[in-house]
Amino acid sequence: MRKLALNDEILMQVEKPARYIGNEVNSVVKDKADIQVRFAMCFPDVYEIGMSHLGIQILYSMLNEWDDVWCERVYSPWVDLDAIMRKKSIPLFGLESQEPIRDMDFLGITIQYEMCYTNILQILELSQIPLLSAERGEDMPIVIGGGPCTYNPEPIADFFDLFYIGEGETQYRPLIDWYLENKRHGGTRQDFLHGAAKIPGIYVPRFYEELYREDGTILGRKKLFEDIPDVILKEIVTDVTDTHYPLKPVVPFIKVTQDRVVLEIQRGCIRGCRFCQAGQIYRPVRERNVEQLKRYAVEMLRNTGHEEVSLSSLSSSDYSRLDELLDFLIADCGQKHTNISLPSLRIDAFSLDVMSKVQDVKKSSLTFAPEAGSQRLRDVINKGLTEEDILKGAALAFAGGWTRVKLYFMLGLPTETEEDILGIGDLSNKIAAAFYETVPKDSRVNGRVQIVTSTSFFIPKPFTPFQWAPMCTAEEFLDKAHLTRQGIMSQLNQKSIKYNWHEADVSVLEGVLARGDRRVAGVIRKAYEKGCMFDAWSEYFHNELWIESFSDCNLDVGFYTTRARADDEIFPWDFLDCGVTKEFLLREWKKAQAQTVSPNCRAQCQGCGANRFGVGVCYDKRFFDTEGTAQ
Amino acid sequence: MKVRIKFAKYGVMKFIGHLDTMRFFQKAIRRAGVDVKYSEGFSPHQIMSFAAPLGVGMESYGEYMDIEVLSMPSVEQMKHDLNQVMVEGVEILSVTPLPDQAKNAMASVAAASYRIQMKEGVFPVDDLNGKIQAFYGQETIPYTKETKRSVVELDLKQGIYEIHADTDETIQMLVNASSSGSIKPSMVLEKFCQFAGVDILPSAYQVTRLETYTDLAGEGVEHQFVPLAEAV
Repeated sequence: MRKLALNDEILMQVEKPARYIGNEVNSVVKDKADIQVRFAMCFPDVYEIGMSHLGIQILYSMLNEWDDVWCERVYSPWVDLDAIMRKKSIPLFGLESQEPIRDMDFLGITIQYEMCYTNILQILELSQIPLLSAERGEDMPIVIGGGPCTYNPEPIADFFDLFYIGEGETQYRPLIDWYLENKRHGGTRQDFLHGAAKIPGIYVPRFYEELYREDGTILGRKKLFEDIPDVILKEIVTDVTDTHYPLKPVVPFIKVTQDRVVLEIQRGCIRGCRFCQAGQIYRPVRERNVEQLKRYAVEMLRNTGHEEVSLSSLSSSDYSRLDELLDFLIADCGQKHTNISLPSLRIDAFSLDVMSKVQDVKKSSLTFAPEAGSQRLRDVINKGLTEEDILKGAALAFAGGWTRVKLYFMLGLPTETEEDILGIGDLSNKIAAAFYETVPKDSRVNGRVQIVTSTSFFIPKPFTPFQWAPMCTAEEFLDKAHLTRQGIMSQLNQKSIKYNWHEADVSVLEGVLARGDRRVAGVIRKAYEKGCMFDAWSEYFHNELWIESFSDCNLDVGFYTTRARADDEIFPWDFLDCGVTKEFLLREWKKAQAQTVSPNCRAQCQGCGANRFGVGVCYDKRFFDTEGTAQ
Repeated sequence: MKVRIKFAKYGVMKFIGHLDTMRFFQKAIRRAGVDVKYSEGFSPHQIMSFAAPLGVGMESYGEYMDIEVLSMPSVEQMKHDLNQVMVEGVEILSVTPLPDQAKNAMASVAAASYRIQMKEGVFPVDDLNGKIQAFYGQETIPYTKETKRSVVELDLKQGIYEIHADTDETIQMLVNASSSGSIKPSMVLEKFCQFAGVDILPSAYQVTRLETYTDLAGEGVEHQFVPLAEAV
């Protein structure tokens, strides 16, 4: 039996010791004598969050399929163990081998949200790896970053040896082969990085210098070698059916957030909501073959023993074979006592019918994400959902027995007025009214309808049409939340509406980290040194320490958040190419200000640039008749 | 059809708590393709009952759970199928069909035997077994059990059926494990340490449950402890 990195005394002291012992079903243990490359794959948050992430399961399974590679997992030790490891200088370890991360060849970190940046430093420090790429010696692992936040890697550029931009399935083999070749020839770390910088999708930040103007904006970039690219194009899987999928995902012992089989039905989104980064960076939409998905569902349920299967995509209702897939799952899973957890579907007769088959209508709730309170503002953000769609869908659902509705909105969107904000209360009220109109008094099971209206604060993200948009201050955000609440309180059905709003300070910080440049790295490091960690967990978020850190580094929060950007400003992330062109995004930004909507990819191509990959919806003739309109 | 499954849980698996062990078996049963019976209702669950929850940190070679199946291959086949889908540290020891009227595992539990072993070295007590017998020879062994809600005065003496030390590094005991009056081996060790005037940290020893018993006592017999797997 493996020897654990932590002794019994420590494991009996910490919350949920199962986070640190490995040994889960389908976890992979290899003989060190048979392998040449050791890879630690990290999600820098607590185990239950990290284990729920599909991307890591895909890469873990792909890397371990290669005979010469052993990939292990590592997550952020929770605060209790973190303190013990620091006190006793216990190096952070891989769950499978229980051996130190610092002895491995690679440490890959997936970066899914900005608020985990301090946890990246926690992982490095506990691993006893120098925080700065420039300070790492020959024997240290190569630290790789991947995931959506690497579409603006600059605020964390100093901490990484290289970033992998785009989908992970394509370039890990060439990267590892180059690593082995360089090692065989006695090449140095620098030699490896130099060669890696020439592999498609790989960005080595230390070979580039960011140059600034006097006003703090970016003047340009200087590269240290002539033979490395100026622009790095994201990697993409051209055939999502013929690619790697984790048919034997690791099954955790403890309950995690995503405790089920996850079927990724497609990548990308046709919708083009202007605030949404995922809708741009994962373009173009590529669907997976439905027959393959059916086989995967059966096989993965058998390999894991999970009681539930869920579909994953940005907009499942747009998957062209959804009816067929759901019919299959309902028929197959029904026999096997397997639940189907439905992703957010567009609410219509079809989805309500499916939901009534797989959920307890009385207990489940409907979700609408209008994102903005008025049609005007929904046009600005290009959210196709209309008030009529929502009210029709809600009435249908109420007739079908549902009594709970969740509504999601954003505050602080570009061009937002008081009227738009008050529209949130109006719309919530109209939905409540629809219930009382649809359901006769004597058939109201719980008496009244329950509407939960939630608002988050809008944060402009790189590679969206709103990347030019100024963001609100925390005070402005809170004023907007109060106005929203007043708007709701003044409604006739206000007793049926519950209102939640997100924290403002953390949204402002997320805004800085999202559109920051390399200078922000100093702030992240300062904040970490002052004790910031697990910033995504409200009980561990210390805004005052961040404020102090900005002032220590002489950086102004407003420069990154509230400042309006000129059309021709060079952004820190402009050297990356996600497929969608800056011209297209600027066009969309202008259309937003003119309140003009853009049709979705299937209805009419908007020329975003993603067709250069030669795949997906851009070439999907099935959806178009001769006039080019959607069928 | 009811089936009683005896299993061992040791090594790193001692850190998996009772509820997570149940979840582990629910998934394992599905992986093994056991034709388990589900309850009725909107969210059906496998019909499964565990004998006695095992505390986190304890190992066991005598754990039991009962499940209900709609059909089953041979006992050996089911044991094999389940062992194929276990992890290191959980092992199916036996599978025994139960008569329909059998009491479920939890209701059947009367006693459990334990071994307390020093992880390194020996117990810091001279003449360990002699001291233990003197400890056990006391008229009463009062113990104050504090829970979040209440403070209860127990007499451990009533619940200890056997206790001895074969070597200097292990103590073995058979104690009450029934729903009324169950005793934890750590309580016994705590009182013994007080009696012997020594201080032993909980991390210094390993507690292992060796077997779980039911009581077939009849007229004139105070106790007749039989392992759960054999009492069918």
